Parts: sequence; C-alpha cells; structure tokens
Amino acid sequence: MIEPQETFDIACTLNGVEVRATVPVRQHLADFLRESMELKGTHVGCEHGVCGACTVLLDGEPVRGCLVLAVQADARRIETIEGAVSSGRVAALVHAFEQRNAAQCGFCSPAMILTAAELLARVPSPTRMEVREQISGNYCRCTGYEAIVDAVMSAASRQARANEQDS
Amino acid sequence: MIKAATVATAHAKGTIGEPVPRRDVRRLLEGKGCYVDDVSVPRMAHAVFVRSPFAHAVIKHIDTSLATTAPGVVHVATGRDIAKLCKPYVGTISHLVGMQSMPQYPLAIDRARWSGEPVVVVVAETRAQAEDAAALVDIDWEELPAVVDEESALDAGTPLIHPELGSNLCWERVLDNPEIERVFAAADAVVEATFVTSRHTHVTLEPRSILARFNSADQQLTVWHSTQVPHMMHWVFAHHFALPEANVRVIAPDVGGSFGLKIHVYGDEMTTVALTMILGRPVKFVADRLESFASDFHARGHRVKARMAVSAAGSILAIDMDDLQSLGPFASYPRGGVNESRQVVNLVGAAYGVDCYRARARVVFQNKSMYGQYRSVGHPVACLVTEGLVDRAAAAIGMDPAEFRRKNYIPATAFPRKLVTGPVLENLSQHEALDKLLQLMDYGSLRAEQAELRAKGIYRGIGLGSFLEMSNPSSATYGRGGVAIASQDACTLRLMPTGSVFCTASINEFGQGAATACAQIAATELGLSYSQVRVNLGDTDIAPYGGGNWGSRGTGIGGEAVLLTARALKANIVELAAKLIGCAPQALEVRDGAVCDFLSGARRYTFEELARIAYFNTETLPPGYTPELTVSRSYAQRTYDGVCTNGIQASYVEVDSETGYVKLLGHWVVEDCGTIINPLLVDEQVRGGVVQGIGAALYEQCMYGRTGQLLNATLVDYHVPLAREMPDIVVAHTCTPTATSQLGAKGAGEAGVAGASAAVLNAINDALIPSGALLSTIPATPQRILAALDMCTVPGTQQQGDSR
Repeated sequence: MIEPQETFDIACTLNGVEVRATVPVRQHLADFLRESMELKGTHVGCEHGVCGACTVLLDGEPVRGCLVLAVQADARRIETIEGAVSSGRVAALVHAFEQRNAAQCGFCSPAMILTAAELLARVPSPTRMEVREQISGNYCRCTGYEAIVDAVMSAASRQARANEQDS
Repeated sequence: MIKAATVATAHAKGTIGEPVPRRDVRRLLEGKGCYVDDVSVPRMAHAVFVRSPFAHAVIKHIDTSLATTAPGVVHVATGRDIAKLCKPYVGTISHLVGMQSMPQYPLAIDRARWSGEPVVVVVAETRAQAEDAAALVDIDWEELPAVVDEESALDAGTPLIHPELGSNLCWERVLDNPEIERVFAAADAVVEATFVTSRHTHVTLEPRSILARFNSADQQLTVWHSTQVPHMMHWVFAHHFALPEANVRVIAPDVGGSFGLKIHVYGDEMTTVALTMILGRPVKFVADRLESFASDFHARGHRVKARMAVSAAGSILAIDMDDLQSLGPFASYPRGGVNESRQVVNLVGAAYGVDCYRARARVVFQNKSMYGQYRSVGHPVACLVTEGLVDRAAAAIGMDPAEFRRKNYIPATAFPRKLVTGPVLENLSQHEALDKLLQLMDYGSLRAEQAELRAKGIYRGIGLGSFLEMSNPSSATYGRGGVAIASQDACTLRLMPTGSVFCTASINEFGQGAATACAQIAATELGLSYSQVRVNLGDTDIAPYGGGNWGSRGTGIGGEAVLLTARALKANIVELAAKLIGCAPQALEVRDGAVCDFLSGARRYTFEELARIAYFNTETLPPGYTPELTVSRSYAQRTYDGVCTNGIQASYVEVDSETGYVKLLGHWVVEDCGTIINPLLVDEQVRGGVVQGIGAALYEQCMYGRTGQLLNATLVDYHVPLAREMPDIVVAHTCTPTATSQLGAKGAGEAGVAGASAAVLNAINDALIPSGALLSTIPATPQRILAALDMCTVPGTQQQGDSR
C-alpha cells in the first residue's frame, strides 16, 4: 500500500539548467514555472487548456502549461520564453513581431512565439495557412492574427536567407 | 498582397505619420512584461470568491466556520463585513432622464441577483488554499424566479428584480416623429426586420486582476490594477473607502487587453481593496476564466425591430425602430451601461442623415451578468440595423447596394450636419471612402465572379457596412451627467539634462500604442527622434489628471494635450536660447534636438547645452529669469458631443448550403481617423477590431438557460475567432483631420468593430439570395443558417429563418 503523497520531488532541465524541486502533486506546470521558478513570461489565460497563453515546450513539443502537471515534467526538458530568448533561438521571430506590430497587449505573445518557433523548426518555409493552422491553438484578442502570420512568414524567410548564406 | 503600412527603417525618427514599431513591445514579446499577476509584494495574501450559483436567490444563512479554520486561511468576509468599509454605488447618470437603479454593494447582501455574483470572500496565504476553503463555505439559499427574458421583462406578471423601483425598466429613450406614419404609408417600398445581436463578453486574454496594499502606518493605499482608467479608479477608491485622495495611488502596469471591460467598478475588486484595509496585508485577486465568464460585464444583447421607407428612385425616406437592450440586475457603475442603447438611437440612419426618424430604446434589468461597455459601444448594433435595412431597401427597389449607399450619404457639402437625435457630425468622407473601397476590392470583378459561381450553385456573397465612429468624446457622455470621469487629458514634458524628454500623460497604454503615439507627437514638435522621448503612463502618482483611454479618445484628446505641451516646451527652450544669444525668439527655430538660426539654419545651442545651463549653470542665466523646462498642458474637446468619423467595410464570403458553414474569403476596410500618427499601429487596431466584429457576426454569444444560468461559460463553448478561420484584411484610409484640434486626430480603435458584423451578415444574406433565406440575427451560426435555408425549402413560407 502506497500512501498518497501531497508533494513530489522532480528533476528536470529547465531552459538548459538542471532543476530539482519539490512540487505539490496538484500543481500545474504553468503555476510551477510562474510561482516557484519566477518565470513570469508563461501567462495563465484560462486554466482549462484552450487559450494557449501558457504554452511552453516540453521535450520540444508545445504543451499547455495548465494541462500538464509539474510532476509530469520530471526527467523532461522544459523550454519557456525566457530560455528561448536567452538562447537566441527566437531572435528572428521577436524581431519580426516587433517590426510588424504583431502584438498589442502582449499577453498571448510569448506563447505565440514559442508555438511559431516549433513550426519553423519543423517546417522552415511554411505557407500562410500552415502558420494559421499552427497558431490556431493560441488565442489573440487584439491583433486579428494577420500581423502575427506576416511576422512568422517574415522570420521564416529571414532564417532561410541566413541559412543560405551559411551554406 | 497590399500592406498599407511598411515599417520605416531602423533609424526612423518616428515623426508623425511614420510607421515605426512600438518602443515598448519587445519587452512583452520576450515575456518580460509586468502584468498585475506578475507583481508580488511581501506578506501578500490571495482572495477567492464564493459566487451565487443562482440567478436570483435569497441568501438565508451563511456558515463560514469550516472555511475560517481551513489551512492557510487568513480571513473570511461576507457582504455585510465589506459594506462597513465601502460605500454602496448607484450606476445612474443624471442627464439620462428617468434612468433608475438601486445601490449596489461589493458583495451581495441578503439577495443575489445574477449567477456569478460574489457573495463571500476567502483570503488565504496561497490561492490554492483560498480555493480549497471557499469550497467549505456553506450558504443556505432560497431560489427566486429569475427574470431572463427581455421581451417579457416589463410585463405585468414578471417578478421585479428591485421591487423598490416598481419596474424592471432601467431607462427608456423615445424620439417621436408625428409625420412618420404618413411617410411610411406613402412610400414606394417599406422593408423591415428584427435584428438581434447576442450578448457578448470581452474575453481579454489577461483576466481582471488587482493587487491592493494598504499600509496602516501611513494610511496609504496602493493598487496595482489591470485597468484602462487609473484616474477614474483613483477617484472611486478614495470616494468609496473615504480615503483622502492623497492617500491613494493606482498603478496600471502592463494591461493584457481590455476593450471596455476594465473600465468599471467590480464588486470583487472593491472587496479586494476593502480586505487590505481590514487585514493590513496586501491582497491579490485574479479572476480565473470561469469566473470571468460569470462576473465580467457583458455587452450588446439587443433586439431591434426596424423598418425603412424608400422611394422608387432609391431615397431613404424614414426609419422607425424599437430597441430592447438587456442589462444586468443593476446599472453598471459609474458608466451606466445604457450608453449602448443611447448610441444605437443616435446612430441608426445617421450615416444617411435620416431626419424622418422615430426611435424607442428600452433598457431592461435582467438576472444575468452585469452589463457595460464593449469596444465601439452601440456602433455595431446601429450599423447592423441600418446596413441591413439598406441592403433590403436596395433589393426592394432593384438598386445595387453600393449605389444605393452613395445616393443616400449626407452630401459632402452639408457638414457640419446636426442629427435629429442631437449629435452634430463634423465632417465625413463617405463618398470618397466608398469609391476607394470599391476600387480596392475590385467590386465589379467580384460581382462578376459571384454571378458566375452562382450559376454553378456556389453561394458567394458581398456585403457592405458603412459605419460612423463617435470619437474624442466631450463631457456630454459622463461629466454632464454628474459622473466623475474626466473628459479632459493632460501631459507633462520635462527636458532632461542630456537633451532627451520625459513624457507623462493621463491616457493609458494597453497595447494599442498610446505611449508610442505620445512619443511620436512630442518628438515631431521638438525635432527629436521618438526614441529620445521616454513615456511613462498609468501611474496616478506620476501622471497628470485625465480621462484615460476609452471611446476612442486616447490619441485624439490625449495626443492633442501632448502636442500642446510640446509646443509650450519648445517655446520655452527657444526663449532660453534667445535670452542667452540676445535675439528675438522668432529668429530661432528647433531642429534635430538643437536651437538653430531660423534663416541660416546654423546650430546655436543643443538641447543638452541649454538643459545644462538651466539646471547646472544657473549662474549664467540672465538676472531675474528662470527657464521653465517642465511644462504641462491640458486639452478637452468641447466643440461637439463627440468628433464623428466614418468608414466602410466589405466582406466576401462563401456559404456552404449543406453545412451552413461560412468561409471568409476577403475583407476590406476604408476608414478615416483624420491625422494618422502611426499607420502601422492604426492598421492593426483596425484589423483587430474587424476580427472582433467578425467574432460577433459568426461565433460569439452568451447563451442563457431559463433559470438564468450562463450555459457556455468556458472558452471551449464561447467561441472567439481563431487564426485558421480569419481572412487577411485590406486596410486603407481617407484622411479628414478634425478642425477641433491642432493635431487633427480622430478615433480609430472602434472602426473595425463598428462595421464588420454588418458587412459579414450582409455578405451572408447576399450569398443566400438564390435560396430566399434572409438572416437578421448574429452570430449567424451554421445552425441559424441551416434553419433559414430549411424554412425556404417549404413553398410559400416567409423569408424569416431566424430563431434566437
């Protein structure tokens, strides 16, 4: 008979750094990141897995931070907007979003950028419809999405040009 | 692809009219913004609310004993506890004759009047603990019949939400016209329809959030608040908690969307302030999404019966309309909540200057969520009604809908034009906007394509929506009605020792780019780059007093205040240089951060040199003269009730007659916001607005059951537009600067919402012409479209397929 546990010890790689923590078993990943790790770039918009504002990458896959429990991150690799920015991995996206005014209130933006980054890692030259499909799990109430699509397309072509120059 | 704005080069100065990026946006993109929930202060506790599960019920007994002793609980309070600190509020506006409501308390006392009304608050060390404890609060309820049908709200047998008022009527506006029946009787054609716009909720991505800290030592209340209106809230907190103004500070940090939502007094937020005063500890409340649905103020929710009389030659002769608006159980405080109907009455037919007009609007109390403002108050409803009638009228006399509009617009030479409802239209560009739109969308080719596809059984439709936008409001909206909401805005600029400029203003930033607009306006006047103007908004300790952003007033009114301030600062800078040189100020001008000779252009003093003299080397100044390099100016628009502007939208859709699914193929907008400060920001305001209007047209509706339960109170069930379904939107402008200000800027934030729903619904109806189906309810869901089509398959049935 195993006694129910209130907390659980986890060890994960968070933005490239090994992290050990004791988390309440009922705590979701977004709360863990925001409250215990002080990573406020992960935003909580609905806590029922719809709005996408809490999207982070778990082993490279976009997940809802509110639908994944912190304990499920045990032995996994988590990347938040803070990590993606400091690694330089999303620099082209951030630049394109800024130049195209692809954010207004900005509440959806970090998750939107992570979601777009995951697409560009998989599909370096997406169509506009592929971009729209990809970000359809990320609500934006301000922009009407077009500027975001433009920005992702612009970042993709900028990266493609950079890759051509490298090769 | 047409993009109205191409971003200026990286080294752009950000002069007025340049499409430069927002200077504060990178922070948000990189997740380094600071929204209220990101703020933590020592000893902070968390508030969670127990809300009424019933739409209408007597609170017979509240047992908080289990909750009080639950782990981590700091405090539990009921309505009576909070009422000891917070004066009740009544959301009536005195110049809206006959408007009535009752005093409202932050938490319900004795009786709850909507499902979701806050009743008990639990404060604990963590939010999770507070949520656990809230589940232990035991309330003994006696359910009462709920008033949830607008149509019968005023019937004799309907229970009263406030027996003291003797009626469920909050406000009624009637505009009679003795000639109208005669005009309708003599008209060549009369068209009529009942338009329904469902109740909406804003769904800001960041929910309502507040952190309040009362310091018992210095009696200072600091409130971090996700709000559009820090100064209004400053007044509210001081007044309702009987605090001296000097003891209150409201800080609006980054605000995660608002759209008119975060502009009201909410009971749960007032309770949070009361709690910090009770506990002497900071208390945070952040609404979760489910309680956002239950407690955010809703909007729209109109049923408009309307008819239009036209001549065979295509002139609109008269409009007769009856609007029924569903409110919540109280008038919203302090903005009433009836302005939506007030604007619907003002704006139906207004684009065409219809003088033979009869209107009635009734706003009725309902046991539903509280009701208030939503972006473009009243405009989309008026536009849906007017433009729906216009399309029906054009069809009735066999005229092209675009030509029908052109024929009926107020002639360009007839401005300013007083409406029969009161407001005066300053100057519109409707003919020019229509021409531009038709060219942009290639109207002729689209019509040809539509006809070709129609022959193949494909239902495509083109819909137009001419709209007006009331912006830059005067005190006619609130101040004149005794409401403590400023219609003025102010700006303070100070020259810094290195020649840069610090700017603060009473308008507020929540993503639309107000701070960037301020920087661009000041920079343009002072000959600086906009990156040399540091803008700080949203803190009542720092910002001068003023109205904040609502009703498309930020750039038009606040921007003018910045312009006037920059001119005054420039005059003082030039005066200082003139005194040092010993010449007349007229011999000098400002260029690229320096004062130069007007004639030769030779640089005499840089701003930095002047600032150093003024701040550090005052011994070198002429005797008896101290330069004033910190300057404030104010501006209020007082010429009109609001500065009206205009635009037109077009939608191209394909309706699948098998599934009722609407595919958006194209959307075009031409709008006129006068002087454009930054086209990059304006165009995205328009696009964002259009998509909200599309949401209203196709998806969004708060659905209530018969007992007053909101049935679709999750983001899964309340649909908002997503990227996959939205079209690219072509945006263009006409430019008619307002003569009421030197800047000439008019509103742009509401244009997109104002006309989009009408354009989309008209496009759907245009597509369905071969079937005979005709819709007048939004959202035009697949179910409604299929129902309309079904009714038309039965021979001889009427062309009204709508059900609510």
